[in-house]
Amino acid sequence: MTPVVDPHGSFDPAVLRRLTPSVLGILVRRGADFAAAEDAVQDALVEAVRAWPEDPPRDPKAWLVTVAWRRFLDATRSEVARRRREDLVEAEPDPGRAAATDDTLQLYFLCAHPSLSTSSAIALTLRAVGGLTTRQIAEAYLVPEATMAQRISRAKKTVADVRLDRAGDVGTVLRVLYLVFNEGYSGDLDLAAEAISLTRQLASTIDHPEVDGLLALMLLHHARRPARTAPDGSLVPLAEQDRSRWDTRAITEGVDLLQGALSRDRLGEYQAQAAIAALHADAPSTTETDWVQVVEWYDELLRLTDSPVVRLNRAVAVGEADGARAGLAALAEVEEGLPRRVAVEAHLRERDGDPGRAAVLYAAAAEQATSSAERDHLVRQAARLNARDR
Amino acid sequence: MAKYLLLKHYRGAPAARNDVRMDQWTPEEISDHIQYMNDFAARLEGTGEFVDGQALAPEGLWVQHDGPGKPPVTDGPFAETKDLIAGWMIIDVDSQERAIELAGELSAAPGAGGEPIHEWLEVRPFLAHPETVTE
Repeated sequence: MTPVVDPHGSFDPAVLRRLTPSVLGILVRRGADFAAAEDAVQDALVEAVRAWPEDPPRDPKAWLVTVAWRRFLDATRSEVARRRREDLVEAEPDPGRAAATDDTLQLYFLCAHPSLSTSSAIALTLRAVGGLTTRQIAEAYLVPEATMAQRISRAKKTVADVRLDRAGDVGTVLRVLYLVFNEGYSGDLDLAAEAISLTRQLASTIDHPEVDGLLALMLLHHARRPARTAPDGSLVPLAEQDRSRWDTRAITEGVDLLQGALSRDRLGEYQAQAAIAALHADAPSTTETDWVQVVEWYDELLRLTDSPVVRLNRAVAVGEADGARAGLAALAEVEEGLPRRVAVEAHLRERDGDPGRAAVLYAAAAEQATSSAERDHLVRQAARLNARDR
Repeated sequence: MAKYLLLKHYRGAPAARNDVRMDQWTPEEISDHIQYMNDFAARLEGTGEFVDGQALAPEGLWVQHDGPGKPPVTDGPFAETKDLIAGWMIIDVDSQERAIELAGELSAAPGAGGEPIHEWLEVRPFLAHPETVTE
């Protein structure tokens, strides 16, 4: 494990934050209720950021447990309640390594509990498992700190009566982590990196091919990030990306993880998505991509999810594998009104040799875009085609 | 999660059901209306969905660049401007359904006679950050 404070005294808050779930788990195990324990751990993290660069502890985790527990007791005003909690400490044996792993896993389940709305689950996971402050989460999601504080506080109330002793649904946890990764804004806080770190930690506590599949998926997409945007912030489509800028280490790790997961023969949607990403990562260019295999994976994915978005992306792959006509035929089976459907049709029409129609569709797609980067990209495509005769 | 702008118009929206100009309300009705708006914002902060709320003065200016080294040209206000924004609220919610539900509640703010205004509010989604996984 990376030391929190290295011999030169430099200090990595990310390493500190990774201790959050196990420290929180220990407090809950000692009898602290989740909401109060979570507040106490946050206080301890803040204190650590202040104190450690000057005075690094020998055992960072023990330090955090001690400080957090003291904070928790301070916050518990009633002497009776305190006595009860202190009794609990004596009754409870110190948790060993296995217990700590277990605690961490239970926290993931709790923070992604089905009774929480998606946004609440995301916020709670980032704070209680990720150790981020409310302010950091608020800034990442561009909402006022007071709003985020309320969101977290309500989420904690919602799960207050949930017992931490039963296994939850891994699928809900993965969905939360996927959303943190996929819909993250790019502020000061790197939510994609945060999602990868949280998924990595989850993968080390549970043996589940879909967890590895999701981690692989994230790594394979993250690997392309340096090539995905131009210096001016505009989107660079896959076909035009400078593949020498892809992070080969992340790709290797993603592919290895995926192969390990697939070998266990329990296919799930994240493994299938990662397999598609791996086929792209493996190809020197879009024309040399194994599109036939990509389509096969989309067929698998469709069988697993029956999702309209998958059907849409499959049409793109069919267009590459069997030609634009086949792609348009596949697109005909995709429901009208689906986001990006018009953009896909524009792309296929252009490849089918109808730039006039494609330009009109690109312009229409731009008006329906859900992000400004996407809108700008589509407007540029329309402009490029409109300028062809001038 | 997605952000939505709930837009309130001085002019330009279809007519409300309880369409009486505010200066024709009683002072109590005005107070009740303002209280409703404040309570609404406070409640949304409590649910972790409030981002921002602002009101705008009805009259402003039009400004145009007039060439290098020259001060900008100003004009207006134009009484004939068809669309006039009165103010907005920005919310951060889990779904479009939720945005519509909240806009509906905001439109029920009391007006003349203490009755809901049934005013038409415009609901506009923000352009978000592009998704990472698109294939």
